[in-house]
Amino acid sequence: MLRAALPLLGLPLAGAGATEEPTQEPGSPGEPPPGLALFRWQWHEVEAPYLVALWILVASLAKIVFHLSRKVTSLVPESCLLILLGLVLGGIVLAVAKKAEYQLEPGTFFLFLLPPIVLDSGYFMPSRLFFDNLGAILTYAVVGTLWNAFTTGAALWGLQQAGLVAPRVQAGLLDFLLFGSLISAVDPVAVLAVFEEVHVNETLFIIVFGESLLNDAVTVVLYKVCNSFVEMGSANVQATDYLKGVASLFVVSLGGAAVGLVFAFLLALTTRFTKRVRIIEPLLVFLLAYAAYLTAEMASLSAILAVTMCGLGCKKYVEANISHKSRTAVKYTMKTLASCAETIIFMLLGISAVDSSKWAWDSGLVLGTLFFILFFRALGVVLQTWVLNQFRLVPLDKIDQVVMSYGGLRGAVAFALVILLDRTKIPAKDYFVATTIVVVFFTVIVQGLTIKPLVKWLKVKRSEHHKPTLNQELHEHTFDHILAAVEDVVGHHGYHYWRDRWEQFDKKYLSQLLMRRSAYRIRDQIWDVYYRLNIRDAISFVDQGGHVLSSTGLTLPSMPSRNSVAETSVTNLLRESGSGACLDLQVIDTVRSGRDREDAVMHHLLCGGLYKPRYRPRIPPALAHHPEAPYCSYSQATHHVFLS
Amino acid sequence: MALCGKVSKENFNNIPDLELNPIRSKIVRAFFDNRNLRKGPSGLADEINFEDFLTIMSYFRPIDTTMDEEQVQLCRKEKLRFLFHMYDSDSDGRITLEEYRNVVEELLSGNPHIEKESARSIADGAMMEAASVCVGRMEPDQVYEGITFDDFLKIWQGIDIETKMHVRFLNMETIALCH
Repeated sequence: MLRAALPLLGLPLAGAGATEEPTQEPGSPGEPPPGLALFRWQWHEVEAPYLVALWILVASLAKIVFHLSRKVTSLVPESCLLILLGLVLGGIVLAVAKKAEYQLEPGTFFLFLLPPIVLDSGYFMPSRLFFDNLGAILTYAVVGTLWNAFTTGAALWGLQQAGLVAPRVQAGLLDFLLFGSLISAVDPVAVLAVFEEVHVNETLFIIVFGESLLNDAVTVVLYKVCNSFVEMGSANVQATDYLKGVASLFVVSLGGAAVGLVFAFLLALTTRFTKRVRIIEPLLVFLLAYAAYLTAEMASLSAILAVTMCGLGCKKYVEANISHKSRTAVKYTMKTLASCAETIIFMLLGISAVDSSKWAWDSGLVLGTLFFILFFRALGVVLQTWVLNQFRLVPLDKIDQVVMSYGGLRGAVAFALVILLDRTKIPAKDYFVATTIVVVFFTVIVQGLTIKPLVKWLKVKRSEHHKPTLNQELHEHTFDHILAAVEDVVGHHGYHYWRDRWEQFDKKYLSQLLMRRSAYRIRDQIWDVYYRLNIRDAISFVDQGGHVLSSTGLTLPSMPSRNSVAETSVTNLLRESGSGACLDLQVIDTVRSGRDREDAVMHHLLCGGLYKPRYRPRIPPALAHHPEAPYCSYSQATHHVFLS
Repeated sequence: MALCGKVSKENFNNIPDLELNPIRSKIVRAFFDNRNLRKGPSGLADEINFEDFLTIMSYFRPIDTTMDEEQVQLCRKEKLRFLFHMYDSDSDGRITLEEYRNVVEELLSGNPHIEKESARSIADGAMMEAASVCVGRMEPDQVYEGITFDDFLKIWQGIDIETKMHVRFLNMETIALCH
């Protein structure tokens, strides 16, 4: 792939000497050094890593400053602020050094900045929701992107024929198609950054976000194909080349997914055996996921698809196998890396825009592109949704469609791809670069700023923060079974049928192979929810000042009012203060031991079975009606209440 | 199969895929439940004909976009009532603790490593949760008898059952049972 051909750390090395004080070696070689130097300035030895660290530091400090003002962050999404900051910094650097220093280099972007973000989203993707909506996601990703690319490219070419684009923009139909293909893809980084602050309902989010991830394959193929057609010259393109293009779409996407799944399998398998070497568990997760990305890049397959599939596929088994601490480590490291990468990307986007030597302005092209991407996206969404609604279980209504078309944000991927174009083959590159910059800025700033008020105005269904309740979990499982049964009875092999088949296959073969034996045995979603709720209530009980150890024999018959427990519980507080691209808001850190015996011990401990005080204090009336009771003492309370 | 146009419980047992379903017995019962068939307040029919079968299937009808708010609420209530009848096996209008325990045990029966004791505590916990949602604070002497249908509706308030509980049939002729 063209991406890999570029130098890796293009970031800090270009002409860094121009911005810093000239360094001097203490004496040139051949001369005796003038005595022992007390202090030596060794800038160029630490230059590269220091600059990288400095940029990350600046980005993080900027984030802190932004969040000092609640008002600003509630109105303006972070990505906007970062891009503007980048612009300012770029301006400063330009003024000081008289030439643009730091750019968003495609090599750095694709190899170092993009993988953490994609890994984070893939790993924390709610897989049930993803697969429920897979049909819609795939349609939008494949058909939608193709539609966008071709219509935008063709329309721009039409614009040029009509004379609205200046003739100095030397581009033919193929060039415009190439440009269309890179500008038409919805960008996962931008979508995440903006939608994360908006909190639309999960279905909408997963469709837009899933589309942005899965359209990578289409973008890669289109870009490659158009690029090679341009290089070959439009006269030499034959029919077989078109067919090869179509075939490569399948190869790239399925191949990428396959690579991801292979690595997911390897990852799950290796974590099964890391019981004695717990410390390397987080490392394994990152290494293998990154290896999946790099392998797919190497084979010119869709790397984003590979990492997404890897994260999706391995999560269930890895979470079961690795220790509690490793789970926390993995989660926070991933979030940190992703957040960091996202910040840097937006900042560098801002900085790169300042370098005017890289772009050339043409109003017709810019305005035309802006109009066409918005228009054709909206049109595409409406058409596809109309078709999809014939097949979907839950139809997508008009408001969803508006949000979907408006939420089709372009971002850094488009920018990186346009920088990669070869100016000798595509003379209009500079115009394309300018247009891409304007488009990216427009979508991130204007659309990013206005999407929140739009969502509020349209009264889009927002995401409901469901506290996990036991009843809900039970009922969901009952549903799944009922629906699968109905499909069995009717003989219709619908969605639920296949889900059920997959779950059984997974339970019988995959989970046994990939999960640690102790984890496999008590693996059950209902039990998990019950366990977590138990622990959570126990924690909050203790936090409220209750004493678990001495509550032996206390019959606490009054029911907890769940609302008060939930609002004041420590885990809830932790949840609220956490931030980052976290789709899975209900991930509660559990004190999971994974062994039946330890579970039983915990159970008994909570019920006060181990420690019995010699002297039982008289229960003050206030404590007898203590509102927070651990889940397990429900058994005692149950007996009291139900069997009376 | 069904030669005389009627189906009995044994025919359901012949469906191979259904055997793997842990709550199979409850589901089969639901098909013959008089309350679902709208034939009476309790009891089971011995056989059902095609019309009865369709009556049961109608509970799984997807929500039409042309329906107004009131119809949607009605549809929702019907679906929840179907579910309620599945849990309330003795038809007394309340889901008692025993019945709930029964349901949970069946749900977890697929996993041989979870003991009955755990299933019972889960059921107890769920019942407590339901009680707290429906009744709130209770006095120590108050007895919570069971979940009534109204309580059941309350539990389900935030959740979208209309969108979860339906099956989309593209082609009604694929009903294998009724050739």
